Amino acid sequence: MALPRTPSQTVGPYYAIGLCRRDDNVLDPDGVELTGQLLDGQGEPIGDGMVELLDPVARTWGRSGTDREGRFSFRVRPDVEALEVLVFARGLLRHERTRCVLADLHGDGPLVFDIHMQGQNPTVFYEV
Amino acid sequence: MTDDVVLPDDPSLGPDVQIDYPGYRSTRWRVPARPLQTLPEELHALDGPVFGEDVLQASDNDLTRQHDGEPLGERIIVSGRLLDEDGRPIRNSLVEIWQANAGGRYRHEVDQHPAPLDPNFSGAGRCLTDDDGTYRFVTIKPGSYPWRNHPNAWRPAHIHFSVFGRAFTQRLVTQMYFPGDPLMAYDPIIHAVRDPQARELLIASFDLESTEPEWALAYRWDIVLGPGNGATPLEDA
Repeated sequence: MALPRTPSQTVGPYYAIGLCRRDDNVLDPDGVELTGQLLDGQGEPIGDGMVELLDPVARTWGRSGTDREGRFSFRVRPDVEALEVLVFARGLLRHERTRCVLADLHGDGPLVFDIHMQGQNPTVFYEV
Repeated sequence: MTDDVVLPDDPSLGPDVQIDYPGYRSTRWRVPARPLQTLPEELHALDGPVFGEDVLQASDNDLTRQHDGEPLGERIIVSGRLLDEDGRPIRNSLVEIWQANAGGRYRHEVDQHPAPLDPNFSGAGRCLTDDDGTYRFVTIKPGSYPWRNHPNAWRPAHIHFSVFGRAFTQRLVTQMYFPGDPLMAYDPIIHAVRDPQARELLIASFDLESTEPEWALAYRWDIVLGPGNGATPLEDA
């Protein structure tokens, strides 16, 4: 019989003490900048959130805390189809999973991938 | 008051945490409001990140030896095994912890609880699991602290844990609680797990065998991760 799984609990507001001690947001030093804002259902920035990325082809991983404006930033390989994304924050009792399809991000300059937890046009989240 | 914060047990909701638990106020504007979608297929084998000894620094697993002096509080050893659902050890996996000091204060600019900071305690640790899936930390028993979720709200003492497992889909961030802590009965975060048996999985056991006489008490807490869908099959499975 399978062992029962340990339930999830929120990362809380103080995760940076334990999880943001290193320069973890660089998946590819020669890559392009990927940035975005993490926003709640009232359009307010989530200033105590954390985003993790996985480049599933290169098998590289990264982590960025959000600042007061809810902003996170990474340096990623531009020629990957999609990055797998996990979102953590106070108020999230379990992290949420989404996907960043790079071809959907237009324009010059840094790639911009905003994450809307709720609202009129929320980010699509997936079952883990 | 606690009726609003702690809802009745409901094992029918399953063993996982109820992500829109109303007693935990911060969920309201943050939890996705629409149902989660099912990915038609994984694009790739989603192996989790691989970490080596290079991520570790000396004394990363001993939170009592990260400064010139010793932190105040009750010295404890916290150890356990990282396992999959079949009971197999998850080896060489990064375990990260963070916690309040003995007075219930985090070393973080946002924490304004008027309890003293301890100059000899940072409250963060990390280690890799060994061949048996075992992790081990030496630390200080964290204090309880107030938070503003509801009137007179106090968090039970806890240590935050972050673990990776073999696959991206096994990622888990959770909290370990201490046996017998009366504050657990009033805490909406642990009660967001509505199945009382599942809640027990978040509570460590006192571990007399691992205590070090004349030195430190010990607690044991195993962590079991879900199935790693999409991960490359294990060679040694």
